[in-house]
Amino acid sequence: MSAAPQKAKAGAEKIDVTVSDVVKLNELVTRFEFTRTDGKDFPPFSAGAHTVVEMNDDGRTRLNPYSLMSDPADTSKYAISVRRDDEGRGGSLFMHNTVKVGDRMTLSYPVNLFPLDLRGRKHVFLAGGIGITPFMAMIAHLERISVPWELHYACRNKDLGSYVDELTGTYPSKVHVYFDDQDQKIALEDLLDGQPLGTHVYVCGPKGMINWVHTTAAAHGWPDEHVHSEEFLAPQPGKPFEVRLCKSDITIQVGEDESLLEAIERCGVEAPFLCRGGACGQCETNVVEADGTFEHRDHWLDEDEHASGKKIMPCVSRFVGKTLVLDR
Amino acid sequence: MTIQFNKETFRDDYSFRNSDWAVKRFPFPFHEDSYMYSVNMEQHRGGPEGSVYEKRFDVDEHYVSEMEDRAIVLAEDPLRCQSLPHMTLAGWDTLELIMVSKSEDYPDLFELHRDGDRWRWINKPMGIDQTFTFLDETTLPCGPLEYITRQAQGDFAVLDQRNDMLYMDAGMVTTQADWSLDFDIGMDFFEWHAPVPLAHEMGIFKRALKFLLNVQQGSPARRLNWTMTVNPLLDTSPENYHKWGVQKSTLTPENIGAKQHLRVELQTFYRLPRSNALLFPIRCYLIAFQDLVTVPKWGRRLHRVIRDLPEELADYKGFIDNRPLMLDYLSQFDDGLPTSPGVWPDLDTEPPLNK
Repeated sequence: MSAAPQKAKAGAEKIDVTVSDVVKLNELVTRFEFTRTDGKDFPPFSAGAHTVVEMNDDGRTRLNPYSLMSDPADTSKYAISVRRDDEGRGGSLFMHNTVKVGDRMTLSYPVNLFPLDLRGRKHVFLAGGIGITPFMAMIAHLERISVPWELHYACRNKDLGSYVDELTGTYPSKVHVYFDDQDQKIALEDLLDGQPLGTHVYVCGPKGMINWVHTTAAAHGWPDEHVHSEEFLAPQPGKPFEVRLCKSDITIQVGEDESLLEAIERCGVEAPFLCRGGACGQCETNVVEADGTFEHRDHWLDEDEHASGKKIMPCVSRFVGKTLVLDR
Repeated sequence: MTIQFNKETFRDDYSFRNSDWAVKRFPFPFHEDSYMYSVNMEQHRGGPEGSVYEKRFDVDEHYVSEMEDRAIVLAEDPLRCQSLPHMTLAGWDTLELIMVSKSEDYPDLFELHRDGDRWRWINKPMGIDQTFTFLDETTLPCGPLEYITRQAQGDFAVLDQRNDMLYMDAGMVTTQADWSLDFDIGMDFFEWHAPVPLAHEMGIFKRALKFLLNVQQGSPARRLNWTMTVNPLLDTSPENYHKWGVQKSTLTPENIGAKQHLRVELQTFYRLPRSNALLFPIRCYLIAFQDLVTVPKWGRRLHRVIRDLPEELADYKGFIDNRPLMLDYLSQFDDGLPTSPGVWPDLDTEPPLNK
């Protein structure tokens, strides 16, 4: 249109940061706080946004998304909480074992795939375990603008209840905590029945919990647009496979514990992405030819698209078989 | 650069004029000798020095007069600025974005001093010096969106994003190409685009929506759109069609060069950080045919584009009745020579008119 059109870059804009604090909350969860390396303020963000943390793990680049959990109005720092996943591919272990105060890292600009519906008269939050993090930012925001909210937070046990003491201490009448080891359970049906018109429900936690909330709310007549969820998927390891990228005219190998997207990037091919967790749709790629079975793991494509074998989300999905050719 | 602000009108005696500087930097929208819809998006990260793409919010010689015209429109019709209750935070986002951008991009014209939530805003061209508390509406003379867009050229649509859809939930719209905020308020992206011909069938809006939903913080985008306007009218609204529609029938071969204007919209798209809404500024630039044809490449090309434009588009853009008259005029400036690719005037390399 104007000058030479600029090619859109893969991923969001980046910010150089310095780790300013590392706080171990319990056996599994550690909070990391960052300041900008250039000394400036961070851009403000909307509650529910995540950032993609770029890790240099001994020469290997890891990109993991984490919800921003600091107060969105505080532009002096960003904070994330990371749950250690001993079975995972190593990003959370790298954060826990290697990252220390003073380290330089790179964060992406905030991207929000789990925003508050600002029309809501009241907001009900349902958190499971580490799913508490986006709600920390949402609560800070709603407190500032004086909009009603309540939190129902399920944790495995008292020791693993990240931020439980802080939340119940500050908002004793709004926060309800449920410990699995004491057989405490969110009374979801009663909870949904008692809400005033204009209430929005948000759930962040394991897949089973998300499905439970959507199904129960639908059965109780809640409109879909009033029930919001976010589940980040971490790419799962799998058998190595070979892929032909026909536009780039190369054939690449996807290793056991790297994602297809990571393998594409490792081979120097730029591919679009934002969330790297199967939710945003940015990395959607057309399949040119396939002889084998897809392991679709994303939330983006619908069932028909998964069955068609014509599209794949390389951030979380894999392939088992003889031939896979992608339009990339 | 210090800008000399014109004293001019966009109504009654139509004293609006483009200086030579404004003509050369006009955002000519046709990069080749024909036109068809496309999503034609690119990143909005500056552009050549002095061009309308250089700054985040371009300020030019028409600034003060355009703001006076906006004040007249609002006095007659306050519904040109609306904001649904959940959009107040997006209004503050807009105010912050424009104040920060203008004070950084034009430090000689605008100043912003921030001490926590206590802000002081100085707008020298308009003689404004306002101290207020950020996020406290009671400290401004009107809502944040209205306050800042009374001081910024172009229209502003503020789109709420929810359930993978955009909704026209707030805006300031006084310089529009025949659409109405009051009519569209609360509509979703497909509803407010329903009147546009051909583009739906081409899948343009589906692709455009997908793109816009993914415009991210820190990565604004832009595109151009265009239409035709008889007389340099900023306010070509449906509300006032009875006033301006009839002016389209006043064109003659003698007055068309002065009266007929190409109207170009520089549309930009910003993800707003605090509200996650999408800000859609639509900046209008007008140029009289007689000024446009002083650039030989643009004269040649405009003739070819208007001549070959599909009927549906000429009809939708509202100039199908005047097309023969336009072509008679423009053909004088088309000698059949080839044109260089791209939108720039290329005054040094393109040959003068050979006719």
